[in-house]
Amino acid sequence: MSGTKRAATRPLSPHIQIWRWHISALASITHRITGGALYFGTFLIAAWLVALAISPEAYAMMEGFITSIPGKIVLFLWAVAVLFHLYNGIRHLIWDGPGIGFSPKVASQVSTLIYVLAILSAAALMFAAGAF
Amino acid sequence: MVQLTLPQNSKVKKGKTWPKPQGATNLRAFRIYRFTPEEEGNPRWDTYWVDMDRAGTMILDVLIYIKNNIDPTLAFRRSCREGVCGSCAMNIAGRNTIACTKGFEELPSGEVVIAPLPHQPVVKDLIPDLTNFYAQHAYVQPFLKTSTPTPEKEWRQSAEDRTKLDGLYECILCASCSTSCPSYWWNGDKYLGPAALLQAYRWLIDSRDEATGERLDDLEDPFKLYRCHTIMNCTQVCPKGLNPAEAIAKIKHMMVERVA
Repeated sequence: MSGTKRAATRPLSPHIQIWRWHISALASITHRITGGALYFGTFLIAAWLVALAISPEAYAMMEGFITSIPGKIVLFLWAVAVLFHLYNGIRHLIWDGPGIGFSPKVASQVSTLIYVLAILSAAALMFAAGAF
Repeated sequence: MVQLTLPQNSKVKKGKTWPKPQGATNLRAFRIYRFTPEEEGNPRWDTYWVDMDRAGTMILDVLIYIKNNIDPTLAFRRSCREGVCGSCAMNIAGRNTIACTKGFEELPSGEVVIAPLPHQPVVKDLIPDLTNFYAQHAYVQPFLKTSTPTPEKEWRQSAEDRTKLDGLYECILCASCSTSCPSYWWNGDKYLGPAALLQAYRWLIDSRDEATGERLDDLEDPFKLYRCHTIMNCTQVCPKGLNPAEAIAKIKHMMVERVA
């Protein structure tokens, strides 16, 4: 095959297939995924409110789901998503406002902190609500 | 657009494992991306066993050892071998850096995977086609632009204004940052990428430059600047320790300030 013809069919070098992630990049995609999850999670809140409006039986059914094990798992994950998105959102404000926290080391440490805080505070919230 | 998988012609197949050198006691495996434009077929991963007692300390030394002792057909760019020219940028053990300043002892243990800079068209082996990357650099017009008459001797700058360029002018255009950025992977045709934007900022804050408004106009669209989502890969990998993410944030600030 001639050189010029081959140039048009140059392969694309591997990207996500070979990348070794920094936690800062992981936090970034988690921010986006939790943002998406919250969008759908809002339907659950709406369903809860609608059940409240329909009848005591509908509300009792919703209550039954929320207090079941799968329901508690969903609530816990949703709480983690809310809190992660909140904490990382604050970090974005700090990046965009005062413009601090850009050094690689700080960015990695803060990312780890946000994961830990989101999980711990979600657990604390569930505990305070008497879920476990 | 976001495409997580590689196109059919780019999927990397299993290649050959080259024989181990005789009598070596300190062997380490390197899995290297190979693509030969003259041959039909997909790129492949070749495995080389390198005698680390004879190869030198840097990854560039390892590549040169392979080329000299095992496989002379392996192609890669290199020049200064001391972190100044930016030629030998590549993906080493999953992260972009320049091979000449990356010691193999800094890497995680086990087999070392070496690939070209991510999400670029491959010319041969570890050599990517960086035409688009250079065109983006040209787009930000990385030179002094003035409208007042040229002074007789020189454009003067206070020591204080000069220090604003520290951490910006040192960029060696190795492309490690831009090709580490997922935003650049998915929108590299429209998003300028961290390297070009760092360079744009270098001229935006130069006290001698008189085209600040024009320069900001040239970055004002949904993609060129604003596809930066502060993923931070650029700053994490920069082999010169520069901070493109911060420079981009400062350009965003300038955009807001001129509207306010």
